[in-house]
Amino acid sequence: MARRENSEINAGSMADIAFLLLIFFLVTTTMDVDSGIARKLPEKTPPDQKNDVIVKEKNVFDIVVNRNNQILVENDQYVQVTDIKRLAVAFIDNGGGLSAAKDGPGVPCDYCEGAKNPISSDHPSKAIISLQSDRGTTYGMYISIQNEIEGAYTELRNRLGMAKYRRSYDDLLKDYKDNPSESINEKIEFLKEAYPQIISEPEPIK
Amino acid sequence: MSKFKKKKKGLPAISTASLPDIVFMLLFFFMVSTTMRETDLLIKKPMLPTASEVKKLEMKSLVSTIYVGKSKDSRISGDKIQVNDKIIDVKDVPNFILSEQALRKEEEVKYMTTSIKADKEANVGTILDIKEQLRDMNALKVSFSTTKGSDLKNNY
Repeated sequence: MARRENSEINAGSMADIAFLLLIFFLVTTTMDVDSGIARKLPEKTPPDQKNDVIVKEKNVFDIVVNRNNQILVENDQYVQVTDIKRLAVAFIDNGGGLSAAKDGPGVPCDYCEGAKNPISSDHPSKAIISLQSDRGTTYGMYISIQNEIEGAYTELRNRLGMAKYRRSYDDLLKDYKDNPSESINEKIEFLKEAYPQIISEPEPIK
Repeated sequence: MSKFKKKKKGLPAISTASLPDIVFMLLFFFMVSTTMRETDLLIKKPMLPTASEVKKLEMKSLVSTIYVGKSKDSRISGDKIQVNDKIIDVKDVPNFILSEQALRKEEEVKYMTTSIKADKEANVGTILDIKEQLRDMNALKVSFSTTKGSDLKNNY
């Protein structure tokens, strides 16, 4: 009995153990963050239902990539990947006409700063970007173009966010992540609505 | 008598000097084993393309990953698709999605994301085929896995 009272567990190394555990968790939680370009695929339409939407040629921004990774824009310009963002911004932001008539008649785009060219897109809500690729196009090229398109929308949303809320779209997204509130979400939704991403990917060239 | 006394006195404390070493070993073990948990790649490790407009994937437990890349055997050409621990055909992608959905709760299914980790040299045709299969399965949330960076020159 007396012996037991004498013995004591040495707690001196407890701190070390805790420290190591802490380091362990720190290391494991930051390990390989998976990030990427998020896309929402269009829903499959039932085969018996034919709803071909007729869209004006001027509201479509055509990008075609062939198997040699060469890019053709609007069927007449041979461009580099780095040009796409600029061209896409100019196209989306053109605002040459009225918006889609949703509830009530269409309205002209009052936040666009584009050239208002009558032969380019009418309104951001009508502007469609069409990306047609060849089956042989490399994936890296495909992602680069997707990235440029994404970049064009982000740039426009950022600009509108700065003008309207003194806060860019990226910052708003960050704010929302830090503290989700209804008012921030409203702003984000508004910016998304102002420049909606409409990307069409037709069947690849065989 | 003297013998008896000595025994009582000399109760040796357990040496804790090697305890840090033991914990260190444990730490190393865990560090190594957590990287092992990732699926063994049967294809060549995909060289992910670079992109600047990336979003982090939220809710890792709801992500199912599809790998696309070249076979390790250089004599076999074309893109191979790997899910979990086996190489599959494009037409088996729906089966994979179904099995992934079966593992999750019903209300979580609509938040599931498919992450496509494809080599930058892969053909877009393969990716589009996979996308078509995903559309068939109504698994519409897709993320093209990339590394974050602003230098896109190496993509093509």
